[in-house]
Amino acid sequence: MTALETGVDQSAPEFAGNRAAMLDKLAELDAEHAKAVAGGGEKYTARHRKRGKLLARERIELLVDADAPFLEFSPLAAWGTDYQVGGSVVTGIGVIEGVECVLVASDPTVRGGSSNPWTLKKNLRAMEIAMGNRLPLVNLVESGGADLPAQKEIFIPGGKMFRELTRLSAAGIPTIALVFGNSTAGGAYVPGMSDHVVMIKERSKVFLGGPPLVKMATGEESDDESLGGAEMHARVSGLADYYALDEQDAIRIGRRIVARLNWRKHGPAPSAPAPEPLYDAEDLLGIVPTDLKVPFDPREVLARVVDGSDFDEFKPGYGSSLVTGWARVHGYPVGVLANAQGVLFSTESQKATQFIQLANQTDTPLIFLHNTTGYMVGREYEQAGMIKHGAMMINAVSNSTVPHISLLIGASYGAGHYGMCGRAYDPRFLFAWPSAKSAVMGPQQLAGVLSIVARQAAEGAGREYRDEDDAAMRAAVEQQIEAESLPMFLSGRLFDDGVIDPRDTRTVLGICLSAIHNGPVAGSNDFGVFRM
Amino acid sequence: MITRLLVANRGEIARRVFHTCRELGIECVAVYSDADAEQDHAREADLAVRLPGTAAADTYLSADALIAAARSSGADAIHPGYGFLSEDADFAAKVSAAGLVWIGPAAQAIEAMAAKVPAKQLMAEAGVPVLGELDPERLTSADLPVLLKASAGGGGRGMRVVRALDELDSALESARLEAAAAFGDATVFCEPYLEAGRHIEVQVLADTHGTVWAVGERECSIQRRHQKVIEEAPAPLVQRQPMLREQLCAAARDAAKAIEYVGAGTVEFLADEQGRFFFLEMNTRLQVEHPVTECTTGLDLVRWQLRIAEGWSLPATPPESTGHAIEARLYAEDPAREWQPSSGPLYLFDVDGREREFQVLADPAIRLDSGVRTGSEVSVHYDPMLAKVISYAPTRTEAARALSAALGRARVHGLRTNRDLLVRTLRHPAFLAGDTDTAFFDRHGLAALAAPLADTTIERLSALAAALADAAENRRGATVLRAIPSGWRNIVSQDQLKCYASDRAEHAVRYRFTRDGPHAPDYPDVLVGSAGPDLVELLVDGVRHGFAVARYPDRVCVDSAMGAVDLVPVPRFTDPAKVRAPGSLLAPMPGNVVRIAVSVGDQVAAGQPLLWLEAMKMEHTIAAPASGVVGELLVASGQQVAQDATLIVIAEPEADQPQVEEGRST
Repeated sequence: MTALETGVDQSAPEFAGNRAAMLDKLAELDAEHAKAVAGGGEKYTARHRKRGKLLARERIELLVDADAPFLEFSPLAAWGTDYQVGGSVVTGIGVIEGVECVLVASDPTVRGGSSNPWTLKKNLRAMEIAMGNRLPLVNLVESGGADLPAQKEIFIPGGKMFRELTRLSAAGIPTIALVFGNSTAGGAYVPGMSDHVVMIKERSKVFLGGPPLVKMATGEESDDESLGGAEMHARVSGLADYYALDEQDAIRIGRRIVARLNWRKHGPAPSAPAPEPLYDAEDLLGIVPTDLKVPFDPREVLARVVDGSDFDEFKPGYGSSLVTGWARVHGYPVGVLANAQGVLFSTESQKATQFIQLANQTDTPLIFLHNTTGYMVGREYEQAGMIKHGAMMINAVSNSTVPHISLLIGASYGAGHYGMCGRAYDPRFLFAWPSAKSAVMGPQQLAGVLSIVARQAAEGAGREYRDEDDAAMRAAVEQQIEAESLPMFLSGRLFDDGVIDPRDTRTVLGICLSAIHNGPVAGSNDFGVFRM
Repeated sequence: MITRLLVANRGEIARRVFHTCRELGIECVAVYSDADAEQDHAREADLAVRLPGTAAADTYLSADALIAAARSSGADAIHPGYGFLSEDADFAAKVSAAGLVWIGPAAQAIEAMAAKVPAKQLMAEAGVPVLGELDPERLTSADLPVLLKASAGGGGRGMRVVRALDELDSALESARLEAAAAFGDATVFCEPYLEAGRHIEVQVLADTHGTVWAVGERECSIQRRHQKVIEEAPAPLVQRQPMLREQLCAAARDAAKAIEYVGAGTVEFLADEQGRFFFLEMNTRLQVEHPVTECTTGLDLVRWQLRIAEGWSLPATPPESTGHAIEARLYAEDPAREWQPSSGPLYLFDVDGREREFQVLADPAIRLDSGVRTGSEVSVHYDPMLAKVISYAPTRTEAARALSAALGRARVHGLRTNRDLLVRTLRHPAFLAGDTDTAFFDRHGLAALAAPLADTTIERLSALAAALADAAENRRGATVLRAIPSGWRNIVSQDQLKCYASDRAEHAVRYRFTRDGPHAPDYPDVLVGSAGPDLVELLVDGVRHGFAVARYPDRVCVDSAMGAVDLVPVPRFTDPAKVRAPGSLLAPMPGNVVRIAVSVGDQVAAGQPLLWLEAMKMEHTIAAPASGVVGELLVASGQQVAQDATLIVIAEPEADQPQVEEGRST
């Protein structure tokens, strides 16, 4: 075993400052998370309870195994938009009868649980996680359908939800719908496309058209119960497989369904035992500098995340701005790529490419710790083939078939974000620390580039370029880019799966790796043509 | 010389006799009824003979079956233990007639003491003080209170206390009925009743050469329904009254000599504070409470029973008694519920003294005489005594403290026991002052004495401990994500919740594992020290308490220094199919009503067939889903009905009748 050593000095003022700044960010984050938990607010929560109904998270808590963990995804969905933080749906990985499942629960306290564009994005992302990691999907449905004023944003793309449901089923991934309330019109296809359907007496309402629409369409007089009540679907239409008497009964039946899935994970089991790291996760609060221009050693992070702080570094003396090496997390073997000095040079790119190929050769999942300002620029580097080498790395990341998990702990700028398996590169999971920032480049650099370009354009056109205008423009741009590169903003747009407390990193990775191993873990030899 | 001995008994006393036999090199033969096939006494013996059947009359009370068992197993002696046939003169005679050695007095001596009325006369003639017999027909109020006793009786059956003359007739009748049922002899006699009497008895040993020892007295005043619960040697009263011991011992020797007694026996007296005492009866066998005498005298009474049967002579004088011994009988019964016996699996039986089982203690220690162990099944067929726990110490106070401590920390799971009553009694100031008499439980209040040692505060803490331990157990048993922190959430919306029911209350325990450890919002003064599946440490006001938690199919048992708590986990889910609600019964398919068994207004029980429907050449039974009343009968015999036609409506028996929960699922 090769135990990492630490140079972290908990008594140093920098450490205290970093820690205080991180705690401030965590407090802000908690406040935003609380908004998601509050759902539609006191009034609608009270009304929902008065109807004898459980809240979305209460349903989830009852559905998952007692004392088992639950990892919620994208709690900040729709942050920074006109919609309620959380996207009126709760998604995550929970354990039901010992089976890791993706849970999707509409939050009926937010505009009746109706879908807005963020609801749809979050829903589709949860289904993507179910598909990518071979996790059974349980929908806890109570939704008024599309949020009609936003229908143009969701009607056409929203069809994908139903397609994905049946594609999951076709892939051998069971889909279960527990219908707690409305699931009408398009929403009726959620139970319609699910493998197992539970409906609740006098609660579930599943029809294509309600009484008014039926009256308009055919003139027929009808009522909710005969069109789509649970009893009707259980006895007459056969759409409901199980007839539950109340919510707790539906959840009980849902658990029994999962218990009978005969579920077996296809990936290898973790090694046992998995020793805890040698160093305290609490230190992670003080490691990332408040100014991301100051690099920090990712080995200090690894020393507080990986099993026994045990890390075998690959090519430590070559391309030292990128740390690569092997470790285990909760018993699962992983390869790690972590930025050390921000910039990726040709050597780092070549090292990364080789390392990714090695991981694919041995079916080893990869974890990317982002703190990069991008690939090196400049005459010397361009002439040395920086593009070719960066492309090699992106080629390797793109075609690698072992599971990837990305973690944005610092900067993630430019093509470096791509090379380190950014969101567009479909890592199985992507989480950010509150300290992370991601954009095409740093706000100052971007503002500076715009300034230079604008000045050149003005000069070319013979216009006057006033310095005070330039300063104002730069300040405005800097501010905007800064705001748009912050994790809450990015999380709100579903560019990650959530912003996590750095101290939870090991736990989050452990849950993700375990979930990943529901599917097979297999590397590839098929890469694109590498430009050498 | 005895080489192979059959014990015509079961459980604890059979094992007690085997213990001495093994020390002496005598082979042991057990007998067992069908209910006892897996019991320790049957498993431990060198040979064991099945007595087919379960009822006592077919098995341990069947003289012929027992003698046949001795024959088939090649035993040359029979020890009767106590109870069952131990005082049956016919059995003793049959054993001797079969050429087997009988460990006990001759049949004539048993006979002489068997009927209490003649026995009292015999004793009076021998100069032993007896209570005058009263003629029930001529009682006056001055004679009250009086005690009615079955002449052939024992164990409190057929016994009645009469405090008013107008109660006499009915008491006589019920005593006679009970005596007839229990002993086959309805004879009942009447004697003055010493309201606050003390039960004092003297252990005698007599050999076949004319030596009779009175080896010391025991006091057995703490009784419930005339059955002994706590016994001790020496007796506090005798210690206080000069010369009383000599008088008692002399009377006991006289009693034994009067009937030419041989072997171990006990002469029972009723004594009062003034030092007066009266002969009650003589038990012509080994007593349940013999261990206290063994510990204070150093004699192995079973060994001497066997020696005497082999013709040994007793030395001239008995040994001196030293120290104090107290025995508590641990019963599987609920003192708070009319002493209702408890039966079922004994999940855990962890009581001090196992390593000194059946030993004659020479040094201060706890001895355990038990017939059960962890995993035993306690049946409804026999006596509910689980064990005798015996404490031996230099002084009475020390013996009582050690015994109450041993009982207090005993872990007995699965059955209700009288343990808390024993502990409270042993710690009671009146008991410690030696102020014991047969009315002890009445005087000091059974309800208070039988109250659980764990008060409501400890019960609440125990529920928290159970929840945290169950949480740890859930994590230990997890098949995935086992090493992830318990109940981990990146977005916290609520606490974990577990509910437990006790006799007193339902406890809903909320808790959450935070970065700083487990946190229970409803227990603001409690810090959690550690929380493992089997042990939880809670800091309450700076004091650390350890709670041992054990889980069984139907309960969670929490033990701490502050008392044991039994909790029933309330399942997260209840299958509504198990909660039968009254309502309408619909035809499951089209068919013809063949028969109807009920009419409107009938009371029906859950599961009772109500009508039969013939469809597709098959007869379908429509049964009541719940107990209730037939509210409406909507079809007639011979009627053709459509699917889902309402056939019968069952109404609830009463408006507020709760639904019957027939089971739980977890």
